[in-house]
Amino acid sequence: MLSLWLNVLASGVLLGLVYGLVALGLTIIFGVMRVVNFAHGEMVVFGVYIGYWSVRLWDVPIIVAAAIAAVVMFVFGYLLETLIVKRFVNRPHHYQFIVFIGLALLFSGFLLVAFGPDPRPTASQLSFHTVSIGLLKLDLARLQAAATAGLLIILLGAYLKYSAFGRSLRAAANNRLGGLVVGLNIPQIYAVTFGIGTGCAGVAGALISPLFDAQPYLAVDFTLLAFVTVIVGGLGSFSGALLGGLTIGVAEAVAALMFAPSMKTALPYALLIIILIFRPRGFFGAKEI
Amino acid sequence: MPKKFNEATDQKRWIAGAGVFVILALVGFLSNSYVISLMTIVLLFTFMGQSWNLMLGIGGQLSIGHSLFVGLGAYSVAVLNIKYGISPWIGLVVGLTIAGFVGALLAWLSFRFEVRGIYFALLTIAAAEFARIMFSGWEFVGGMQGMFFQAPTGKTDILMLRGDARFYYFVALGVAAIGVLGTELISRSYLGYVWRAMRDDDEAARALGVRTFRHKIIVISISAGSAAVGGGILALVQGSIFPDSIMGMGISVDVLIGPVVGGLGTAFGPFVGSLAAIPLNHTMSAIGDSLGIPGLNNIAYGIILILVVWVLPDGIWPAIVRLYRSIPPLPRLKISQPRKVEE
Repeated sequence: MLSLWLNVLASGVLLGLVYGLVALGLTIIFGVMRVVNFAHGEMVVFGVYIGYWSVRLWDVPIIVAAAIAAVVMFVFGYLLETLIVKRFVNRPHHYQFIVFIGLALLFSGFLLVAFGPDPRPTASQLSFHTVSIGLLKLDLARLQAAATAGLLIILLGAYLKYSAFGRSLRAAANNRLGGLVVGLNIPQIYAVTFGIGTGCAGVAGALISPLFDAQPYLAVDFTLLAFVTVIVGGLGSFSGALLGGLTIGVAEAVAALMFAPSMKTALPYALLIIILIFRPRGFFGAKEI
Repeated sequence: MPKKFNEATDQKRWIAGAGVFVILALVGFLSNSYVISLMTIVLLFTFMGQSWNLMLGIGGQLSIGHSLFVGLGAYSVAVLNIKYGISPWIGLVVGLTIAGFVGALLAWLSFRFEVRGIYFALLTIAAAEFARIMFSGWEFVGGMQGMFFQAPTGKTDILMLRGDARFYYFVALGVAAIGVLGTELISRSYLGYVWRAMRDDDEAARALGVRTFRHKIIVISISAGSAAVGGGILALVQGSIFPDSIMGMGISVDVLIGPVVGGLGTAFGPFVGSLAAIPLNHTMSAIGDSLGIPGLNNIAYGIILILVVWVLPDGIWPAIVRLYRSIPPLPRLKISQPRKVEE
């Protein structure tokens, strides 16, 4: 019994780190640009498909697929921001939201047209390997995904904290007008921010491709999951995204064990409703939106 | 800034509105059953779009989870009718009451803690998704297998709301007319002015003595209740309901696309928008099905939403009105210009 609980908790924590990376992408975009990327789940699914095709075509390890996803999705996000999102950054929130719902529909339609509705499992060697540490039995794909995600979160945090670009990005998040006054190139910062955000989602998608079958319909679930994670942690907060990811990962795993597996999907929403009602800004939320 | 209605232009508005509904009534006598069933859906989404429009366009609250209310209405009608043989009329009233109550509860919970703007919108999605998953796992209401109404006998029975496609067309036309008229009347009433004041500037409205907390609850409750009525009729028209199709995100998007495309806060916008978007959606998915390419309709919806906000942020209907007005100096056909909505 103890080992069962430990294993469930461990797998929850591991998946939670990946959720944290997805949420981090969403929260960086929101924190800097104050736009809510409703198409975030589609970015994750793009990542899953990149993972699927890289493994299928070139038989590369998942880590390499994740690197490919990072580059492709960064460029994609950068272009998306410069071509479309930019024009709506200063519009009222509900217009932005509607534009992003439009983008989400567009991308999920594109995924359906390109790959069809059928799920495609990624045939990775990793999927069948497990590692035993004491009582714990962890599958390697999950462990690797979590380790990579955790490492990326730390690296990204350090980059945003110590690099010159990270400082200007945080300055832009803090005070857009002040940033303009001291001569920051705000449009470029926004485009790079959006690229980093979608890049995070893409990497997370590629990392979990051995665990989830690639399927266009996953996108809505991931979008909502990312929202739940981010809100639980607090929109716009870096550590909040991580903590939110871990909370959701563990809560899902425990709910699947304690109640029915179907509760696993309902629980995040229940948690979100509770958090929004009692602590609307999340654990570490921004004061004003 | 609320403008005083001019009596002469007012008369023209009523005539124009009545004219549109007379034409729509004539459409009901066409023999083409495809057009009739498509227009039934358009009119139902006009009505539901109108309820959504009341909430954002006039009340200033964004909901992306209207499928919750639509679904509650549909399930009320279905459960009472299929399980107990009770008339859908009663089901509609029950659905309206339940959804109105749930909407009020949601509004009360969130505005009590100042959950506003984006957070409120996310709360509506979360509530809708939560309800969808709960209904999918609830055996009493059919779970994932859904529920089926008795096959129509073709006989028209107004008490049980049963009849052929033409009968449902006129039912839909009736509720759409009520929706347009209701929005028009509400937006001219005391409540309309109060809600628009609240939408444009919450604090200024409060300073003038408007109890915005109470009014937000009222507007959301009315919007939720009327969406449920639309949902109940939609369930009857479709003949079956499934949690994924009646409570899914797709319904929320279908509901909001009409008013967004047609024109937020206007009486005719949701009709114009639904008339443009829903047939396009059906055509694209028919083309997609025949070519074996699913997802074309999503692409079409996505492009429309982006383009409308990009090019015509007010929507199609105000653009038509502007065009019409630019020819001769003639009447004003819209209720009010949608302006800044509380962020």
